Amino acid sequence: MSAPPHSAEQTSRRVTHRAPVARRTPRRRHTADQPRRSVLLTALMALTALYALLPLAWLVINATKTQKSLLDSFGLWFSGDFALWDNISQTLTYDDGIFVRWFLNTLLYVVVGAGGATFLAVLGGYGLAKFDFRGKRAVFATVIGAVAVPATALAVPTFLMFSKMGLTDTPWAVIIPSLISPFGLYLMWVFAAEAVPTELLEAARVDGSGELRTFFRVALPLLSPGIVTVLLFTMVQTWNNYFLPLIMIKDPGWYPLTLGLNAWNAQASTAGGQPVFNLVITGSLLTIVPLIIAFLMLQRYWQSGLAAGSVKE
Amino acid sequence: MTAVTPLTTGRRPPPRGTRARRGRVGWIFVGPFMAVFALVFLAPVLYSLYLSFFRDQLVGGTSFVGLDNFQRAFEDEKFWEAVGRVALFLAVQVPVMLGLALLIALALDSGRLYGKAFFRISVFLPYAVPAVVATLMWGFIYGTRFGLVANINDSLGVSLPDPLSPSLVLASIGNIVTWEFVGYNMLIFYSALRVVPKSLYEAAEIDGAGQWRIIAAVKIPAIRGALVIATIFSVIGSFQLFNEPSILQSLAPNAITTYFTPNLYTFTLSFSGRQQNYAATVSLVMGLVTMIIAYAVQLRGMRKEA
Repeated sequence: MSAPPHSAEQTSRRVTHRAPVARRTPRRRHTADQPRRSVLLTALMALTALYALLPLAWLVINATKTQKSLLDSFGLWFSGDFALWDNISQTLTYDDGIFVRWFLNTLLYVVVGAGGATFLAVLGGYGLAKFDFRGKRAVFATVIGAVAVPATALAVPTFLMFSKMGLTDTPWAVIIPSLISPFGLYLMWVFAAEAVPTELLEAARVDGSGELRTFFRVALPLLSPGIVTVLLFTMVQTWNNYFLPLIMIKDPGWYPLTLGLNAWNAQASTAGGQPVFNLVITGSLLTIVPLIIAFLMLQRYWQSGLAAGSVKE
Repeated sequence: MTAVTPLTTGRRPPPRGTRARRGRVGWIFVGPFMAVFALVFLAPVLYSLYLSFFRDQLVGGTSFVGLDNFQRAFEDEKFWEAVGRVALFLAVQVPVMLGLALLIALALDSGRLYGKAFFRISVFLPYAVPAVVATLMWGFIYGTRFGLVANINDSLGVSLPDPLSPSLVLASIGNIVTWEFVGYNMLIFYSALRVVPKSLYEAAEIDGAGQWRIIAAVKIPAIRGALVIATIFSVIGSFQLFNEPSILQSLAPNAITTYFTPNLYTFTLSFSGRQQNYAATVSLVMGLVTMIIAYAVQLRGMRKEA
């Protein structure tokens, strides 16, 4: 979005024409689409970007240090020896490669949990947007009410219930609660109402297409920006999930990355535990890289999905 | 009434039969969500309601105690201290975070920035960082052992106050939470701003309104819905505060008590204290408090709109 040179002129002409007394400095007026760039505003923005990126820079820098140089070198600059590759291989092999196991567990929770949550939200959102049915108002009221219920308030009773059902300490205990995303349902509902024209569905029905076939063939392609958005946000939620696995999973073999990293961190403060801060830091870096890549690569999709989602707010 | 109706009626409004059929079809789509929803949302709420009426003791087993657990919760000083702490957190951290997010969104939307795309993605990136990693990272940075605070103290010969001391730890947690979520809220506001019709600003500009006036009179009213939703999510988030204090606990054991936030308290009660009935009661009361406040925010937001 570079500002064409004529925009300033154009505006000032319009301003002087329509409202001659309103502004004494008409040259500084610009249109809403092409205003003049501001160095001051950019500098202020650079400060907030610095705030956002500095801890990440700290993480990258310190992932290159050995346990020893972590303690005795300046935090925001590299120390003499570059130990990143060594740290990575140590992280991946420490304790018989438990980190890889945690990574695969996280992947399982994300694929089944976030994938399932997105699938349910897309189906439900489409159903709410495009069909009239008995109990629709009740569905709306319950789901909106549920958004206000803190998920962690449900964690203790869910744990007790799951332990009665024999589900605790199994992947299901993490996956099943992840399958519900009220926010995802809401977003898909708003999105489906906008993106799928009812006439198109009618036309498919006239051609004798069944409802499910219509959904998969006609509606699903139109819903894809919304689906990517919901998928990314449910992915972040499951990838970052900590509280739920913390109460559900006791066996380190089923830990996701977040619990594993915390266990490594806690190891230093337990009596006789070996401090492995270099592994905690490198492991943290390895944990965030896949998500950051996903967000950067899919930027265009989730940003348009969110924009459409906010149309009706 | 299977495939007959659509063929005969063509494009005219569908007759009753189709409507009823479509009615059931709606449930095919919504049903799976609602079934899982009932299992992971409704059942736990009902179950904790049930649990809250009982007491489980080593001697005597489970007995019905009526509203005793609720009475205990209302008189529990630890619980209300925790509620007070998250309320303070809510009153300070949420306005700071949302205000910052709104300013950034307005700056991005103004089109006056160089390198807008870079700023948008960098401010948003922390959202992709798990709370565990964010807390560990900031915890190390705060640390007086090999953190940045220690580095600054050493190299400048000053002694900054310890961010993990009891008096500052809540503010330090506030900083972590702000760092994690400012970009997410910014994005909600920014997406809402982008769909505000440009013609609205242009009309205001032609009438000679300045930028701040346009922001106050056109842009902010236009995104009120997004502001209300972000506020509700932040209220819920503050009352649920758990991950950050729970992880910082190993770094600052003296500053963070086992009842630092209501959630930490229920967690301690049910897993260390084995008082699951009382923990369920505290969860319920906390959920109720959250819902009331979220509802109040929503009402206020709606009323202004009218």
